[in-house]
Amino acid sequence: MRSLSNIFWLGTKELRTLSKDLMMILFIIYSFGISIYTQSTGAGETVNNASIAIVDEDNSSLSRSIAGLFYPPYFQTAKMISAADIDRTMDEGLYTLVVVIPPRFEADVRKGRDVDVQVNVDATAVQQASLGAGYIQSMVTDEVKRYRQETAQTTGLSSDLVIRRAFNPNGTQSWFRAIVGLADQLSMLIIILTGAALLREREHGTIEHLLVMPLTAFEIALAKVWSSGLVIFIGFICSLLFVVEGLLDVPIAGSRGLLLLGTIIYIFATAAIGIFLGTLARTMAQFALLMMMFVMPMMMLSGGMSPIESQPQWVQYVTWFFPSRHYVSFMQAIVYRGAGLDIVWKEFVTVLVMGVTFLAVSLVLFRQSVATLR
Amino acid sequence: MVASASLIAEVSGATHVYGKVRALDNVSLELPSGRMAGVIGPDGAGKSTLLGLIAGARKIQTGSVAVLGGDMGNARHRRSVCTRIAYMPQGLGKNLYQEISVRENLTFFATLFGLSASERDARTHRLAAATGLLPFLDRPAGKLSGGMKQKLGLCCALIHDPDLLILDEPTTGVDPLSRRQFWNLIGDLRRERPTMSVVVSTAYMDEASHCDWLIVMDHARVLASGTADELRAKTGEQDLEAVFVALQPEQKSASQRLVIPPREPSTEPPVIVAKNLTCRFGSFTAVDRVSFAIERGEIFGFLGSNGSGKTTTMKMLTGLLAPSEGEAEVCGKPVDANDLSVRRRVGFMSQSFSLYGELTVRQNLLLHARLFHLAADHAKHRIAELLVDVGLGDYADAEANSLPLGVRQRLSLAVAIVHDPELLILDEPTSGVDPQARDEFWRLLGDLSRSRNVTIFVSTHFMSEAMRCDRISLMHAGRVLVCDTPQNVIVSKGSVDLEEAFIAYIEDAEASSSTSEAAAVPAETLRNVEAASPGRSAFMPLRRLLAYAKCETLSLRRDPVRLVFAFLGSFIMLLIFGFGVSSDVTNLTYAAFDHDNTPESRNYLANFSSSRYFTEKTPIRSVEEMQQRLKSNDVTLAIEIPPGFGRLVQRGSDWQVSAWIDGANTSRAATIEGYVESAHNLFSEQRDRESSTPASSNPKTNMVFRYRYNPTAESIYSIGPAVPAMLLMMFLAILTAVSVAREKEIGTITNFYATPTTRLEFLIGKQLPYIGVGMINFLIMTATVVFLFEVPLKGDGFTLALGALLYVAAATGYGLFISTFTSSQVAAVFAGAVLSLLPTMQFSGMMQPVSTLEGGARLMGYLWPTSYYMHMSVGAFTKGLGFGDMATDLLALTLFCPAFLLLSALLLRKQEK
Repeated sequence: MRSLSNIFWLGTKELRTLSKDLMMILFIIYSFGISIYTQSTGAGETVNNASIAIVDEDNSSLSRSIAGLFYPPYFQTAKMISAADIDRTMDEGLYTLVVVIPPRFEADVRKGRDVDVQVNVDATAVQQASLGAGYIQSMVTDEVKRYRQETAQTTGLSSDLVIRRAFNPNGTQSWFRAIVGLADQLSMLIIILTGAALLREREHGTIEHLLVMPLTAFEIALAKVWSSGLVIFIGFICSLLFVVEGLLDVPIAGSRGLLLLGTIIYIFATAAIGIFLGTLARTMAQFALLMMMFVMPMMMLSGGMSPIESQPQWVQYVTWFFPSRHYVSFMQAIVYRGAGLDIVWKEFVTVLVMGVTFLAVSLVLFRQSVATLR
Repeated sequence: MVASASLIAEVSGATHVYGKVRALDNVSLELPSGRMAGVIGPDGAGKSTLLGLIAGARKIQTGSVAVLGGDMGNARHRRSVCTRIAYMPQGLGKNLYQEISVRENLTFFATLFGLSASERDARTHRLAAATGLLPFLDRPAGKLSGGMKQKLGLCCALIHDPDLLILDEPTTGVDPLSRRQFWNLIGDLRRERPTMSVVVSTAYMDEASHCDWLIVMDHARVLASGTADELRAKTGEQDLEAVFVALQPEQKSASQRLVIPPREPSTEPPVIVAKNLTCRFGSFTAVDRVSFAIERGEIFGFLGSNGSGKTTTMKMLTGLLAPSEGEAEVCGKPVDANDLSVRRRVGFMSQSFSLYGELTVRQNLLLHARLFHLAADHAKHRIAELLVDVGLGDYADAEANSLPLGVRQRLSLAVAIVHDPELLILDEPTSGVDPQARDEFWRLLGDLSRSRNVTIFVSTHFMSEAMRCDRISLMHAGRVLVCDTPQNVIVSKGSVDLEEAFIAYIEDAEASSSTSEAAAVPAETLRNVEAASPGRSAFMPLRRLLAYAKCETLSLRRDPVRLVFAFLGSFIMLLIFGFGVSSDVTNLTYAAFDHDNTPESRNYLANFSSSRYFTEKTPIRSVEEMQQRLKSNDVTLAIEIPPGFGRLVQRGSDWQVSAWIDGANTSRAATIEGYVESAHNLFSEQRDRESSTPASSNPKTNMVFRYRYNPTAESIYSIGPAVPAMLLMMFLAILTAVSVAREKEIGTITNFYATPTTRLEFLIGKQLPYIGVGMINFLIMTATVVFLFEVPLKGDGFTLALGALLYVAAATGYGLFISTFTSSQVAAVFAGAVLSLLPTMQFSGMMQPVSTLEGGARLMGYLWPTSYYMHMSVGAFTKGLGFGDMATDLLALTLFCPAFLLLSALLLRKQEK
């Protein structure tokens, strides 16, 4: 009871301090607002504005109609170039895709011969390259098929593949990016806020003051966890309501309550990491560098930027210890797939256990680090 | 009074305001040259601001300041006279670089003022010899004691032989022995060079007697100025402290002399008992077998020179530090960090006035009342009582940060006694506080001890305070030299006052120990120090620039943490990303929902099970199961084959298959879609070939894909060259931003304000070491990519290196730019990191080309240097580009560094506000 009251009152002090820190507040607003919005909308669709050029050596009505297939938003309007320019322009990175239509293309199609279309792909832009190539393939084959049907030379069977995307039928890119962005910003902010709160006490010497009072390290740490967590949680709710659901129109399939519960558990676990880093670092500058070393991998390897399944097995074992990996995973499950507690409870428990462990370790370190001060 | 020709400085109508606080209010004064002028007054009187204005380190707001025959508001005059002025700001060694050695500090200042190497060596030697620093030339400045730091500060100020020496509270927080040595040194200097004028501010009245011209300040105004005798004549008082009090406006001078009544002897057991307390840090013994016992209600003074172990002893008594040996008892119980019950009976006030500055006075008190679990109504009553007792009534709702030092210190006391402790431990509670505020404070302590029987354990540098204690103990180099009543201590050495007894004890202790560091007797005088001629060389800007670069390099080399981050950090991150990030989508889980189950359907599915992209899971048996398994992320792809599929395929008529893809991750879904389509096409082509007779074969449209630059389409070929671009930006921006913000926070930026260094010299000097760090990083990372990730560098390596150089310059330039508008390290770090994170990671072409971005993101991408370098790096590695192909990127990169530097130079202030 005494302990709870200590934790509560210490936490209110943190909130008061934060409310005076204009830079931190602006920073939170930027992260949860502008940053998520640009990140989600900036990337466009999966294949977006891909730069493409056509080498038309046939110059027939069919080849021209193929060239006319490529238009925004998936592709930039196709540029006509000559075969000699292919190497140079691709070296300069002007075009990601160059389609070459050979001479006598239309004539061969009319005569019912097999035809070849060459596509040069700049494979250094890995994602655009493979997806763009896939689009070109189906667009060109469909167009040629249509032409053959028009000229009535096809008799073939039709086979059909019906592809349905569950949970995001149109493949709207911003849905995915918004949720990933939200998770990224949440992780970064909570680590910064708790860690900086701890370091501020250390740099101002108030930490010693707290430690000679009848307070335990546990109470001091938990006060920071709940107060920073509350601020971030409110930021999260606002961002979810106004930016994600409001501006970006992302539908939430599952229960919002469940999402918020999961977020609270995650905030607790990440705040514990913040305390942990705040304990390791001696100065704010060190903390910032440490934080970058933790936050950048968390952002890049938790399934938001590239799928977990694609990581080599040993990296997957490492990333399993990132709470953010589980958070991104159950967040997607709840938001898109509408998963219920029966599906996500295991991940909830995993994150919770991680949080408790991190906090326990950092509490031990915290006591030690204060003892070796100076 | 004085002929204007012999004035060294003339201030007229100067007003200086910080926010709402008035630091100087229409101040006018004249300083005659060749004098030792003392500026005296309480804390917050405006002394530091006045000195800063005279030194040219602060920007004049209103009024005019003329120094050495010119207007200090004029930048050209300031530049020309600043080589004749030396300014030592307030705070122990505040303008020194703590990581670098004594010699390196002196060299740095000598170079800024343009001394030649021989002049520099000669003066370094003489000054160091005169101040007793000669044996410590190679010790880092941060490892010197407080008194030594002040001496080093003085040496640095004197290195260029100035005509005007400005010292801002040089002796605050310094023990009496060091103070005495410091003043002797200044006296010697003035005898050597009588033409040199000295302006010194101080809060110690006794030090004013060293000056031959006095300026008395209070509340942002000058109360009087003139020689000491003129002031004595004016007020009719002899004692300078009395003179000061007499000069005060009526209501303030009403305080009478403080007398603490004698203490009744106590019969209770002692409150604090220390037995052979010892504390070691590695091989260094900070506290060596200290023993004492303190009775209830006693005021026990704890004296000692800087770094003698006072604070360490107090930390052991409060349980903050565990003693290496010996034991301590407080309130009858052994000190135990985990025993909370004792802490409720003890109040503690640390050296740094640990208050929450953002909270008001009342909120601070209330918070502590709650943390000590005072009942709500009792707390309310107690706080009201304290506000009156401690005299904080007027400030109850003011933020603690906005209070003058003396008031903050009273608040600290109030906070420490809010729970009525039996024992109060105070660590230098009055350091830097003016005499009147100190008297007020001691009145409170006396009252607590005598009427409430509170035991008080207090450490101090002030002899007048020590005289008020019941008993004092004197510590030196970790040992207690004497422990007795102040009178007995004086008598034991046959001295006239405590200060002399103190010095006698320390000198005795030093004579007996050969390892002592303070062999401070001037070994050589300053005689024959030839006048240094400030350099006029054309290379001066370059030399100053290099001086800054060298100083930064040395500091960086001695900060292991920053160094490790600078080199190892980026390497580790490269490994993580190189192995971890991959957009090759493999191991996708899928399950078949086969209604048909014929050889044909199994044949169709075989195209999936044999693919390396897919991993098969147990088949699905119902629609509900399919939805459930997609939902729980058990499978990302479900292939539904309708009933009668086999029959239709046999007949060759229209057949159909459905694929359900988990669309949550959109880019992954798009990739899966491509895989599914190609597997499907493979099957239908097989069927076509098998079912049709060769003659009627359908014409085919073949798509021939040539994956250029990266034939196997592995993402390491794009990640490998791209990640270094990202890491260089992030790490360099943070490191550079911190390096300048650090100068601002620690105070060494004053050297930039008060020396002839120009903005660009300073900025580029700070930047150069980090460009070096960046290039070494570039080499490490390029080697890693080539040899570890086996991505061959096909293009022109030298052009890439040139691009890297330009890019590194741009990244560090961005760091400088950030640091110009942030004032603290925290702000610099977060602004640097967070503002660059988004454009660097998302909008610079790492995940998708910049040209494919939309709106603001696209603009950010084009305005960000990483885009150009990333493009170059990927091109040089995989496309084999040469100089000609990369020229446009190089050109774009060339523009960033000058642009950032120019912006920084415009935003950076050459004077303090």
